[in-house]
Amino acid sequence: MNRRHETRPECHGDFSVMTTLTDPPKEQFRLSMLLYDMRYRSATIQVIALMGFMLLAAWLINNTAQNLAALGKPIDFGFLSEPAGYDINQRLLDYNSQDSHLRAAFMGLLNTLVVAVLGCATATILGVIIGVLRLSHNWLVSRLMTIYVEAFRNVPVLLWIVFIMAILIETLPAPRAFRGDNPTAEMMLGDSVAVTNRGVYIPEVLFSNSLGDVHLFGNSPLRFDVSLDLVVILIVLGLGLWVSRLIKIRADRIQEATGDRPTTWYLRLGVVLVPLLVVLWWLGFHFGYPELKGFNFRGGTHLRNSLIALWLALSLYTAAFIAEIVRAGIMAIPKGQTEAAAALGLRPRRIMSLVILPQALRIIIPPLISNYLNLTKNSSLAIAVGYMDITGTLGGITMNQTGRELECVLLLMLVYLLISLSISAVMNWYNESVKLKER
Amino acid sequence: MSDKAYVRTEMLEPRDPPPSSVGPIHWIRENLFATWFDAILTILSAAAIIGLLIEVVPWLLSPTWGGTSLDNCRKILAAANHDGGACWGVISERWLQMLFGFYPAELYWRPIAAFVLLGVALAPVLFSDKVPGKLLYFTAAYPFFFPWLLWGGTIWGPLAAAAGFFIGYGVYVVASRMVGNLTGVIAGILAAIIWWLVLSGYAVDALAGIAPIGIEPVESRKFGGFMLSITIGVVAIGASLPLGIVLALGRQSDLMIVKYLSVWFIEFIRGVPLITLLFVASTLLNIFMPPGTDFDIILRVLIMVTLFASAYMAEVIRGGLAALPKGQYEAADALGLDYWKAQRLVIMPQALKISIPGIVSTFIGVFKDTTLVSIIGLLDPLGLSNAIRADSAWNGIVWELYGFIALIFFVFTFSMSRYSMYLERKLHTGHR
Repeated sequence: MNRRHETRPECHGDFSVMTTLTDPPKEQFRLSMLLYDMRYRSATIQVIALMGFMLLAAWLINNTAQNLAALGKPIDFGFLSEPAGYDINQRLLDYNSQDSHLRAAFMGLLNTLVVAVLGCATATILGVIIGVLRLSHNWLVSRLMTIYVEAFRNVPVLLWIVFIMAILIETLPAPRAFRGDNPTAEMMLGDSVAVTNRGVYIPEVLFSNSLGDVHLFGNSPLRFDVSLDLVVILIVLGLGLWVSRLIKIRADRIQEATGDRPTTWYLRLGVVLVPLLVVLWWLGFHFGYPELKGFNFRGGTHLRNSLIALWLALSLYTAAFIAEIVRAGIMAIPKGQTEAAAALGLRPRRIMSLVILPQALRIIIPPLISNYLNLTKNSSLAIAVGYMDITGTLGGITMNQTGRELECVLLLMLVYLLISLSISAVMNWYNESVKLKER
Repeated sequence: MSDKAYVRTEMLEPRDPPPSSVGPIHWIRENLFATWFDAILTILSAAAIIGLLIEVVPWLLSPTWGGTSLDNCRKILAAANHDGGACWGVISERWLQMLFGFYPAELYWRPIAAFVLLGVALAPVLFSDKVPGKLLYFTAAYPFFFPWLLWGGTIWGPLAAAAGFFIGYGVYVVASRMVGNLTGVIAGILAAIIWWLVLSGYAVDALAGIAPIGIEPVESRKFGGFMLSITIGVVAIGASLPLGIVLALGRQSDLMIVKYLSVWFIEFIRGVPLITLLFVASTLLNIFMPPGTDFDIILRVLIMVTLFASAYMAEVIRGGLAALPKGQYEAADALGLDYWKAQRLVIMPQALKISIPGIVSTFIGVFKDTTLVSIIGLLDPLGLSNAIRADSAWNGIVWELYGFIALIFFVFTFSMSRYSMYLERKLHTGHR
């Protein structure tokens, strides 16, 4: 056993201790050993650190309590159940200004998730395309993509958001430009999409034999309606995909047994599409097109400028980062892998899907997920263009109306922390599942 | 040699390669039209570039630098028969405001001097091989001088702040001789904190009463424009690097409590958006302080942005620490170096070198994120642009204004990323 201690002559008295390694004398515990004995020193430092932290925390909490008492507003989350009194123009569920602040925050949270999901999807598609094109042998294209990446990465995302918002408002035609005998603007895609400076109107999905909605959670702030049409469609789609997978498994088995792979693509497509189309027909699926009525468009789904500006800016900005990640991931795979796969007789498409991509994805996905996290956090900049996300509702109007800064900011941070932690949990799970098994 | 008639007996003169495999034609074939898909891409992108240039060049060359409002610009353009040009009047009228905010015009020399001297102070750090090392003393003194130049006021304030370090160091030297090293460190830190929090205020008042040396103070609300962005960026960057190193070491530490405190701090800060921390700065930080404290909004923003940046910095440096082979730690231990010596002489120089790309991209991120202060009402370039667009003379202006701001941000961040590449090359002494 190594029982040597760091001892100092001036605090111990004699030098003989340093030479007795085998049988140290029974030592009395002295106060100075807390500092100079390696066995206690780390504990001492930790206790001092903890005490310092607790003192700081106690000081901050004490100050806060005194200040809040002086202001006459002790911490109280009761305001959440009071009527919010403001409207949210872009929302997924039913809401009116008489609903509570909690309901408003819930709408905001859903709006945050909407723009985050939309943004992540478009940023990924754009980013992969740009990253691959940047690796292209085509000189002109790869230079153009470099310019794109540098331009979007090096300018603040908030600037892109307000810039795109300003462009939408100032340069797109007003709804009245669509009116009259020879209008200066016209609708796109066969009169189905109207791009105006008040937002974009797209066709909405309607069902003439709708099954109706199911109301969940009664009258609580978290109530929401589930469309039975959507549920039925999802179930049919899921079943179709499952059958398609069974067909694939059977094809794999036949291939392993006989060496010939039966042609199955029309079968697999059919079992997904045919039931889906039948169900859509049964439900009376059709589009509701936007129409100009009076001074504005009616019908269709209205995507407001704030949502479009935020969505576009976040996607374009994050796509520049994703492009770099994709490029780095593909470049990290040694050329020998491609050559070895070619030597095995694989065709270029199979090389990409069986050899390069599985290895590149292991490198690409962790930073990709952390970029999704960044995009979600950046969506809080919605407040700059008036998109009512969780920051705009809870951290914006609710905070200003009720004056409950501490409570609102705490809740806001908690919500974002929960979102971030769930995304990191997904990332950790993925990292664990693709980890190289080292022996 | 063969005597068969159909076998050549003399060598042919080498001929030039066919024109299709040398020179520009070959290059174009290889790089632009290698396959039919490449050809389509090339033609499409060339068409896009030409189309863009046809639109943009006349727009850029518009003769409207003297315009006084958007309508005035349109009149000038109509008179010059120049269709669809930019309105540069807004830039020529407001560029000083975009740079300095509402800083008093007669004092513009102060921020200019501050930033020029900042360059001088940074030079020995950034280009250590080309600048004399003696300048480092100036670098060490400059953090106290920089805010004084910008905010003004009595010279004794920054001097008292600097004195805190000397007092702390003096106490440490004396106490470590008397009661040992660790006690000395604690005593030194305590002495410095007591000086800054309690005593320095009286000392500054007394000295300012005796010798009122100072320059005209400028209030924080007059700060704005790129001056504000760069100030916040530089201070947050400078302060977050040491804090980030401490946090990274804390996270890697064997001391469990220290480790968990660091982990919680880092994960908390990284889990919330910067805007919520800026809300804390604008509404809550005064509530956390003793009753009656009301300190400056820019200072509050600086604190929160620094904390934010330091958490990201800590993760970058932790990556560098984790990338070092374990043998480096063991070798430092084997040499008998204690923890701090090992960190200073062996670990940190290598870990920081590995993490340079990450550190610089964190810097770039912090500088870009300074634009968020416009949301809590500070007049950074974006805040000013909102004010300008709300002005009736410039109502409806988009491209010129935002293009100008984006261009300046681009110049700063792009040169930072180029510098990081230069530094990587310079420090690339590894064995590959």
